[in-house]
Amino acid sequence: MLRKSFISLFIALFFIAAFSAKANDIVNVYSYRQPFLVEPLFDKFTKQSGIKVNVVFAKKGMAERLAREGKYSPADILLTTDISRLIELRDKNLIQPVNSAVLSSAIPKQYQAQDNTWFALTTRVRNIYSAKRLGKIDLNYEDLADEKYKGRVCTRSGKHPYNVALVASMISEHGEAYTLDWLKKVKSNLARKPQGSDRGQVQAIHQKLCDISLGNSYYFGKMLKDEKQKVWADEVYINFPNQKNRGAHINISGVAMAKYAPNAKNAQALMEFLVSKPAQALYAKTNMEYPVREDVAVSELVASWGSYNADALALEEIAKNRTTALKLLDQAQFDL
Amino acid sequence: MIALYNNKIWKLVSYVTALVLIVPMLVMLLGGVSASTQLFLHLWQTVLPTYLENTLLLAFWVVLLALLFGVLSASIITQTNIVCKHQLRWLLLLPLAMPAYLVAYLYTDLFDYAGPVQRNLRTWFDWQSANEYWFFDIRTLPGAALMLALVLFPYIYMLTRGTFEQQDQNLIRASRLLGLTAKQSFFKVALPLARPAIAVSASLVLMETLADFATVQYFAVNTLTTAIYDTWLGYGDLGAANALASILMLLILFVVLAEQRSRTGLRHQSARPNLKRELIQLSFGQQILASLFCWSLVVFGFLLPIILLIIMAVQYSDITQLSALVSTGINSLKVSVFAATIAVFIALLLGLYQRLHADKYRHLPLQISGFGYAVPGTVLAMAMLSTLGPVDHWLNEAVEFLGFAAPGLMLSGSLFAVVFALVVRFSAIANGTIISGIKQIPQSLDYAPASLGVNLLGSLTKVHLPILKPTIMMAWLLVFVEAMKELPAVLLLRPFNFETLSSQVYQLISDEMLEQGALGAILIVLFGLLPIVLLNKHKEKV
Repeated sequence: MLRKSFISLFIALFFIAAFSAKANDIVNVYSYRQPFLVEPLFDKFTKQSGIKVNVVFAKKGMAERLAREGKYSPADILLTTDISRLIELRDKNLIQPVNSAVLSSAIPKQYQAQDNTWFALTTRVRNIYSAKRLGKIDLNYEDLADEKYKGRVCTRSGKHPYNVALVASMISEHGEAYTLDWLKKVKSNLARKPQGSDRGQVQAIHQKLCDISLGNSYYFGKMLKDEKQKVWADEVYINFPNQKNRGAHINISGVAMAKYAPNAKNAQALMEFLVSKPAQALYAKTNMEYPVREDVAVSELVASWGSYNADALALEEIAKNRTTALKLLDQAQFDL
Repeated sequence: MIALYNNKIWKLVSYVTALVLIVPMLVMLLGGVSASTQLFLHLWQTVLPTYLENTLLLAFWVVLLALLFGVLSASIITQTNIVCKHQLRWLLLLPLAMPAYLVAYLYTDLFDYAGPVQRNLRTWFDWQSANEYWFFDIRTLPGAALMLALVLFPYIYMLTRGTFEQQDQNLIRASRLLGLTAKQSFFKVALPLARPAIAVSASLVLMETLADFATVQYFAVNTLTTAIYDTWLGYGDLGAANALASILMLLILFVVLAEQRSRTGLRHQSARPNLKRELIQLSFGQQILASLFCWSLVVFGFLLPIILLIIMAVQYSDITQLSALVSTGINSLKVSVFAATIAVFIALLLGLYQRLHADKYRHLPLQISGFGYAVPGTVLAMAMLSTLGPVDHWLNEAVEFLGFAAPGLMLSGSLFAVVFALVVRFSAIANGTIISGIKQIPQSLDYAPASLGVNLLGSLTKVHLPILKPTIMMAWLLVFVEAMKELPAVLLLRPFNFETLSSQVYQLISDEMLEQGALGAILIVLFGLLPIVLLNKHKEKV
């Protein structure tokens, strides 16, 4: 009986092994970035290199999945939409350094990890959108707490990674006590409970529910290109905050290699492709983001918004303040 | 109750199956024990009380509204003489095919300040701003409750209607002979007899509400599910998230057990379901009211949303989108069919085990196998990875030990994980439906085959399964439709290059671009309709 079951176990395992012969020319991606954006990039990469790209798109929980999968994880490459998630991956020891001259020379120093664990691919500004009916105004993030905007501010959930990063940068600049007070005042200025997406806030301005909202830069371009949403975007100016002082808050989308990447060579090839000029140009064109390479131009539309000063705060600093930012958001009961 | 059989293999399989289904929850509970009390304290001092209050209020309103919609419409359809009742009988099932988050989005679009309704009102009455008139705000807790109730009430309707239709008319006639009017006999006999079905379906609605994430998030109503997400994904504390999820699960368990206890000792069985039912004769005015009530449920729960979707699809879609949708549609179909079939098989296995076996604890496997329903999809997905991950690792190590290349994550990294998660999550639906069907089988039909010397297998294939056929189909349909709509578990567990309709549509909704996904949304609804139509056909034949 015992011998029999051992034999059948052996046979079963043999079949498992036989059926899982590895294909050579693939690279596996876990992506927080959306299909419409990365699929054209991957198609181009496959055409150039002959390496097939497999993708899982996720909205949340990537780090958890990787951690659970451990050393047998099929993931090679991780694409994220903000700095905090990259740092989270590193802090949980889920990614590995990539020593590539191509990557480190193409990307400006402040947009790559010192230990080569993560690399930015694009940058985005956390803009303030304002209703055209207010005329041109010059705003700082701090002004969102100004009493004259009572009942006139709209935003998505404070706990969204983009807002958390902004709050974290406020903590770096002003300290916890000021930031908590700022959050409470912004909350009391809100026209409605935080809800929806960044685009939804511009829609609310169009609806005259509020006059000012927070939103990432590329959404403006995307709305202008959408039949229905163009009407909303036409009602607002896109403002770059804090231009007379520290500069606008910047976040990044980035890439890292999984710690146990089974196709590390292909993964590095894909990473290097993503910072290549054609790929960066595609980022600029399809998603209206700022390419991380300084020698690749932004899209014409984005260029028309003008140049801006960026906050020089180190990205790692923002990630460090993330948990504190979340706690302050809870304390201010920002989303309630 | 005298149980008849003692089949050892069945017993073993039942217990093992139940155990397999409960393991992810146990992993979650164990994870909760290691929670950091510090974060808990912080949450308790800041946001948790509000989350808790919202959760309880939402659950209360959804269940109340769904009961009102479901029981009332089921009563009207089966007990009265309103017109069009053969059409309404199945039309009232249609809202089941609508995902709640979809309805939420469509109605927000319609009734929001910028929506066509308010825009037209402003033009007609020459109002300039929101301050000049009052209009209900749909993005609120009552709004969310209404949306959820509108698409969840068919559970209650379906099971209650089924019970009414199969009720023993002898009891009703006896009550009439004893001097009750048709109306009195409905309230004093028929309705109380339907209590198990109403209770089971109401608890399904309750669990579905507590596990909902997409709708409440869209309406910016923060509930316990929000807290679970925040602690896990925001604070990165899986332990505390597990603890919160465990609390939620225990809460539901308590409600379900209390309900079960309150009706122990009650047993309702029908011997002759096909005697003709006597209908309550409504006056003309009452008929109009009753019809209006049923039709508005159909219109608001299904017709209006689907028309809005079709309009969007016509305006925004082109034919190229359609071809891309075929593969995602097939993916959705694949996981849903697997999940529904497995869940129903398990429900039959455990339900009939409980009914037919001589085991003091025979109800146990069935009871514990349904726990997963109350767990929010994302948390369940996490628990799934925590459970399947180690098994995968063991398998890989074993294969490597034998000198072969490691095969990779065969369980946690494949469709297996998705289907397993769906089965764990929706077993409660299959169980609830199957058990309420089993309870309708008269005990005498268990004894009759046995007394004639027919063995267990014969009794099953010749008596129980044929009687249960409509119930089995109903259970399959319910799980299939739910699996079709399920989101978070699929989002988190899916293997490479695997997109389902719901994941695609949800992605677009969260970017305020449902227009682009209208075709996909219509497909979800259509797939959901298919079994409803099939079921209806089948029922008519019977």
